[in-house]
This record gives sequence, structure tokens and C-alpha cells, in this order.
Amino acid sequence: MQPEQLQKHQEGRARRRRAIDRNFRRLGFFLTLSTLGILGILMLNLAMNGLARIDWQFMSSFPSRRAGEAGILSAWVGTLLLMLVTASAAIPFGVAAGIYLEEYAPKNRWTDFVEINIANLAGVPSILYGLMALGLFVYQFRFGQSLLSGGLALGCLVLPIVIVATRESLRTIPSGIREAAFALGATRWQAVWHHLLPYSTGGIATGVILAMSRAIGESAPLITIGALTFIAFLPPAPLISHAPFVSVDWLFSPFTALPIQMFNWVSRPGEEFQSNAAAAGLILMVITLSMNAAAILLRRRAQRNITW
Amino acid sequence: MSISPENARQAIPESDASESKALPKVQIRGVNFFYGSHQVLRNVSMDVPALKVTALIGPSGCGKTTLLRCLNRMHDLYPGNRYEGSIQVQPDGTDILRSDMDPIQVRMRFGMVFQKPNPFPKSIYENVAYGLRLQGMNRRRDLDERVEKALREAALWEEVKSRLHQMAHNLSGGQQQRLCIARAIATDPDVVLFDEPTSALDPIATSKIEELIVELKKRVTVMIVTHNLQQAGRISDMTAFMYLGELVEFGETNRMFTNPTKPQTEDYISGRFG
Repeated sequence: MQPEQLQKHQEGRARRRRAIDRNFRRLGFFLTLSTLGILGILMLNLAMNGLARIDWQFMSSFPSRRAGEAGILSAWVGTLLLMLVTASAAIPFGVAAGIYLEEYAPKNRWTDFVEINIANLAGVPSILYGLMALGLFVYQFRFGQSLLSGGLALGCLVLPIVIVATRESLRTIPSGIREAAFALGATRWQAVWHHLLPYSTGGIATGVILAMSRAIGESAPLITIGALTFIAFLPPAPLISHAPFVSVDWLFSPFTALPIQMFNWVSRPGEEFQSNAAAAGLILMVITLSMNAAAILLRRRAQRNITW
Repeated sequence: MSISPENARQAIPESDASESKALPKVQIRGVNFFYGSHQVLRNVSMDVPALKVTALIGPSGCGKTTLLRCLNRMHDLYPGNRYEGSIQVQPDGTDILRSDMDPIQVRMRFGMVFQKPNPFPKSIYENVAYGLRLQGMNRRRDLDERVEKALREAALWEEVKSRLHQMAHNLSGGQQQRLCIARAIATDPDVVLFDEPTSALDPIATSKIEELIVELKKRVTVMIVTHNLQQAGRISDMTAFMYLGELVEFGETNRMFTNPTKPQTEDYISGRFG
């Protein structure tokens, strides 16, 4: 080829390569936009159908056969109490397991095996946790179809998330900090308790919030263990007027939760029940999004306060 | 860890510790160190004199940091490490390598300052007080007194006395390293181990740390690993030259730098390798 021809040829190739680059940019932009668009349309749709339905009456009423009088009182109280049980179960177990695996466990084949299986646990379909909880908590431990069983089932479901968040958070602490503590005569427990845990609380809290926002939307495990869809009462109060003034009866109460209430309304005929479902869905979505936002803010703050 | 008494009883080879008249503080005898099946230290024996600065020099991978970290049993933190031989601390003659010796007790007698300044993300005060708290000191007045003393000895007090309760990370690199020195000396250890303490610092911060180390030997025995030969020459009384896990030569710094007896030492000091 002549030099001029060669140059032309190369220019043509360069043009083509730039075109491919440009086209991918456009395609990627469009696809990103459409994913966000779907989420936006979903929110908009829920808001259009449900926003008008959200008022004090809706929040403070039990479910009812008449859609206009129905509300989500038992559902949101149930969700709140479930989250309380889930968090109380998942945080101590998950954080302790994460600390053990990251700071104490020897690195050998056995811990590799445990590690792989924790990753696997995060991928187990949630309904299987429901089945496990039905067999173990409901029948074996005789906790019944209760808040306790439901909360523990969700706790198991999010345990891997808490473990992984704890480990990653600990791993960001440089080994120099551990060595500094050890060199002064700290035991492993003192290094964890005085240093590693305080310096990783931001990351752990972020993981816990993300775990909770995952658990709050789950319905399959709750349906499996037998959460009721129509509950016109609240669990017994945790504080009572006579000694010992606290009661754990609420743990053994039947319950419903927001996603289950929603599922119940969706499956009913009638426009009005559909807008109830949309309203409950909107509330659930707002809770989840605000939890995620809180997690992001917390992570930012944790990163700002501690720089290595 | 297993310690073989045969090794421990070996005579001091290859070192002319006799030329030092100072009392030995740490007597290292026949120390072998294994990382898994890899032997990093080979039959190292030396007497570290009390209240002097002893420098460990040698090319990368010669085992000088490994030897330093034997002295506060840092290797125990990681699996697969094994010591042989003995390291006795005088005047009580405790052998810190004995397998029934608690590494935590050892670390309370041997302070350590690391290559990279590693203050805790806590206040300046809490950084210095931490070792004291670990030893059970809780009364505010005692802590205040010891923290001030340590910061003065680390030549940092004047710079930080008005902001003791601010985060240590707001200090400059050199100040952070002096804070780490204050943290290490606050508990009155017998020996302070420095692992290339100035390699992450600029020349001005470095010279402050060097002055500080020379000042420190009035009350504490110092061992320092350094890559910087000039630094060893400036601040140390004794120098140990290590190569491939062995102690090649150990003697007074002046003599080592002007009239080394071993050809390897001479080659290294004159810059022919390393």
C-alpha cells in the first residue's frame, strides 16, 4: 500500500472505532435510564394509586372487610416488632461470627469451607429459610406461628449479610493498628473490644441497616411459617402494670406484616382494595429507601471520621 | 515454639561483645527462627548493652526486622512461626523465648515503634494512656501525670499540650511518630524496639526522631533497625551487621564503620552491595 492509502485506511479504522465507542456510550446511557425509569414508574404508579389513601385513619385502623375502613395498624406494628426480633438475633450472632472469622479463626481448609458456605447461605432462596423456621422454631422449639418464629427466620436470612459486613469492616482496619495494640500488651479480646470494634461500628451499622431493609420486604418465609393475613388485634404490650412490669408475651403472639397485608389486598377483587395495597406498598418502599439512604449516609460519615 | 537447650548453651560466636564494657541488658543466645519450614534467623547470638543504642543493619531480607520482632514475641501473632534458642533479659535473667512465657508479659517490657506511624484513631491523650490503662492504671491524676511525662520525653508536649483531647490523626507524620514513641515509653519498658522509625518521614522529622532516640538512652535501652547507614552511624553506640539470617559482625559503631573485621561488613558499609 502507498503511504497515503495506508493513512486513509487507518483514519477509516479510527473513525469506526470511535463510532463503536460512541454507540456503546449511548446504549449504556439508555439502558441505565430505562432501569431507573422502571423504578420511577413503579413509584409513580404506587403514589398515584395509593397516596390519597394514606392518612391517620389508614395508619391506625385494623384490616376490615370494607376497604374504605381498612388500615395497616396491625401490619406496621407487626413489621416493627419483627424487625426488633430480627435485629436482636442477627446483630449479636452476625457480629460475633464476623469477629471470630476475621480476627481469631486460623486460616485453614475448615475455615475456608465455613467461609464459602456463608457466601452460599446468602444465596439460599428465602422460602427455604421459612421451611427451616417452620420445622425448627415453630414445631421443634414450640415457639408457634409467632413474632418470635418470624423474627428468627428473618434473622437467619440476613445473618450472612451481617457477617460479611462485619468482616469487610474489620478488614479495612490496617494491621498496624492491631500490632500497635498487641505491642502494648493487649490480648486479642482487648484489641477487638478497645479498637477494632469501635473503629468498625460505622461499617457494621451500615451492613445491619441494609440487612434490615432486606428483611423488611420479605414475605415468603413469613407466609411459610404461618403469618396471618387478617389480624384485628395488636400483640400484648411489652410493659404491664404489675410486677415484673415487662412481658414477653408479645413474642408469642400471632402477627401480620406489611408485605403480607399488601399481598392479601392485592389478591382481593375491587378497586378500593387495590389502592389500599398501593398505599401499603408505598409506605414499605419509602421505609426501605430511607433505610438505604441512612446506610449510605452512615458509611460516608464513618469514612470521614476515620482515615488510615 | 520449641526451644532446644543445646542451642541455648552455645558460646557467643562471631561477635566481639567483649569490647563493650556496659552491662548486657538482653542476651541473645543461639536464636533460630523459622517461618514455616523456611529458616529466617541462623544461630544469632549477641549481647545488647544496657542504656545504649544498638543498631541492626543489613540488606533487605537479612532478618534484622525478624530479630527485632522476636524480642517482643510479635511473631506469636501469626501462625506457623517457631523460635529456638534463648533471649534472656537482665537483671532478672528471664528467658522470653521460653514456651511457657506469656508473650503479653514480654510485650509490656519491650515497647515497640513501627515503620509507619500508627496512632490509634483516638485522642492524643488516649493514645499515650492506652498502655497504662492496659496495665490497670485508671486514676485520672496518675494517668495525667504519666501522659505528660511521656509526651515531654518524646519532645511533643509543647506542641500538643493545648489539644490533648483532639484526634491524633490531625498531627503531622513526624508528630504522629513521636506520639507513638510517647505511647511506647509511657509504661516504662526495659527496652524500646524501633523498626525503621523514620523511613516514612521527611529529613526534618527524621532528625527530631534521631535526637529523641539519643536522648532516650539515658533511661531505656534502645534497639533500632535501620536501612540508613548514616543514621546508624549518627545515633548508635553498637552496630550489628546481619546478612542472610546470620549475624556477621557486632561491635562498637565507630569501629564497625572505620575498621570492620569481616569483608562482607566492609563491602556493605562501603556501599558495594545492599
